[in-house]
Amino acid sequence: MGLLAAHQLVIDVPNRPAQPLDLTITPGQVWGVLGPNGAGKTTLLHTLAGLRAPRSGSVTLDDTPLASLGRRQVAQRLGLVFQERMESFPATVLETALIGRHPFLSAWQQEGRADYTRAQHALECLDIAHLRDRLMSTLSGGERQRVALATLLTQDPAIWLADEPTNHLDLHHQSAVMALMAEQAGKGKSVVMCLHDLNLAARWCDHVLLLYPNGEARVGERDALLITEILEPLFQQRLAMGDIDGNRVFMPRG
Amino acid sequence: MRRLRGHSSLPLGMLALAALGALLLALSLGSAPLSLSELWAAARGQGGLLASTLVWELRLPRALSAFAVGGLLAVAGALMQVLLRNPLADPYVLGLSGGASIGALAAMLAGLGALLISSAAFAGALFSTLLVFGLAHGRGGWTPARLLLTGVVVASGWGAVITLMLALSPAERLPGMLYWLMGDLAYARAPWPPLLLLMGVCAVLVPLGRSLNVLARGALPAAALGVNVRPLEWGIYILASLLTAAAVTTAGSIGFVGLVIPHMLRLIVGNDQRRLLPACALAGGTLLVLADTLARTVIAPEQLPVGVITALLGVPTFLFLLHRSR
Repeated sequence: MGLLAAHQLVIDVPNRPAQPLDLTITPGQVWGVLGPNGAGKTTLLHTLAGLRAPRSGSVTLDDTPLASLGRRQVAQRLGLVFQERMESFPATVLETALIGRHPFLSAWQQEGRADYTRAQHALECLDIAHLRDRLMSTLSGGERQRVALATLLTQDPAIWLADEPTNHLDLHHQSAVMALMAEQAGKGKSVVMCLHDLNLAARWCDHVLLLYPNGEARVGERDALLITEILEPLFQQRLAMGDIDGNRVFMPRG
Repeated sequence: MRRLRGHSSLPLGMLALAALGALLLALSLGSAPLSLSELWAAARGQGGLLASTLVWELRLPRALSAFAVGGLLAVAGALMQVLLRNPLADPYVLGLSGGASIGALAAMLAGLGALLISSAAFAGALFSTLLVFGLAHGRGGWTPARLLLTGVVVASGWGAVITLMLALSPAERLPGMLYWLMGDLAYARAPWPPLLLLMGVCAVLVPLGRSLNVLARGALPAAALGVNVRPLEWGIYILASLLTAAAVTTAGSIGFVGLVIPHMLRLIVGNDQRRLLPACALAGGTLLVLADTLARTVIAPEQLPVGVITALLGVPTFLFLLHRSR
């Protein structure tokens, strides 16, 4: 399974009126969370992952409240890619991908052959197998981003939360990563991504959550919400909408 | 798969051999040098009374104490570095040695015996630990940065008090106090408590190692990977403080081991805590055994403060390793 739901959820952003959010993310769906800077996209994602307490309301994972589950139980079913990462200590790419297996190993257990195979496969999927033994500190921003995604793929949870997964990536890898997300959804995972690129959202997401600076949220299917009448006030930006191969594309207007 | 994992046990084996060699060296060197065969005879209860007294009552307790203290400091340093997510942290960074020093110096000023000096040092260390933790906790939770700042400020406060105590002390007590502050193993006669603590801690840390690896990457990512961050951080803090307090109580504030040994080993065995922590225990112990042997033989019959030797040995070795590694 992998059913993530928010019930009358109010994320804890200081000095903001309560705007309860109801949301159900079912397996196979790809959600895009869109909104201007500071609207609370990351806070929402962390709250959905149980890393931040909500001001009110609750999040349930397969109908069990997150708050009543242990961190380890949550991590076996839900994984997260962070927007920012810090590396205070040296670690290789392979070691970094392998920590995705942490929730599944007991305290005395060493990583086994199956864990290494998974990590190796994840590195290959993200096109970084050749960097396996490199130290993280020697990688470019885009390569690090792909290692973070490989760690999540190694973890292989039912629910994928990703905070701007295409950050730092070149055009080809942006597209490859979005295709990977859609592929995972096709295998029955639930995928939620914070995104800034409307075109990636329009191309790869089937549902969107629009988050306004005052905390209000609009939730629904992509085609109903990704229209200029809704997006222009959201981003305070005039937009032109076009159609290429059946996909909507958006361009900022002067 | 061995090559893929890079989990070679070779460095640990080499470190264990080095530790054994250092201990043998410490047993054989001194005012009356003993050969390996004389050591062997003394170990089997043969040989002269002098050799047996030298080995069993003087050199072995001191060498084992040095090993335990060095190991404790290096492990405590590695733990503090993970706790504060800062590779510059050492066991004393949060003011623990300052608290211990004030306890010990006060006991010396009062003219108390060795046992009471140790007890006072231990009490001072624990007091400082609780003080820093309480202050850093404040309202709401603490962050590594907040804990570090609080610790550094408290440590500098202790530093001022220590200077004041030294300034006000009678001249005849000063040498003893200064030796204690620089670290001194001359009075370490009971190696078993710190040694057992070191072994116990290594056993406890093996199953925690992978969680520490994850925690080293930050609190939020660790929580996302299923680590119960707050209890683990509390545990590390209490454990590292206890180890440091035990080390300082046994031998005074010996600097440098706790900062540099974890760094050196990270360059050699990597940052996997499951290998790094046992390696720290072995290498920290070895360094201090060697340093103490030098400290008591270089200008014998006079002794040097062992903390000076650890720095003189450690600084060039560390700089060499750092220079060689990219």
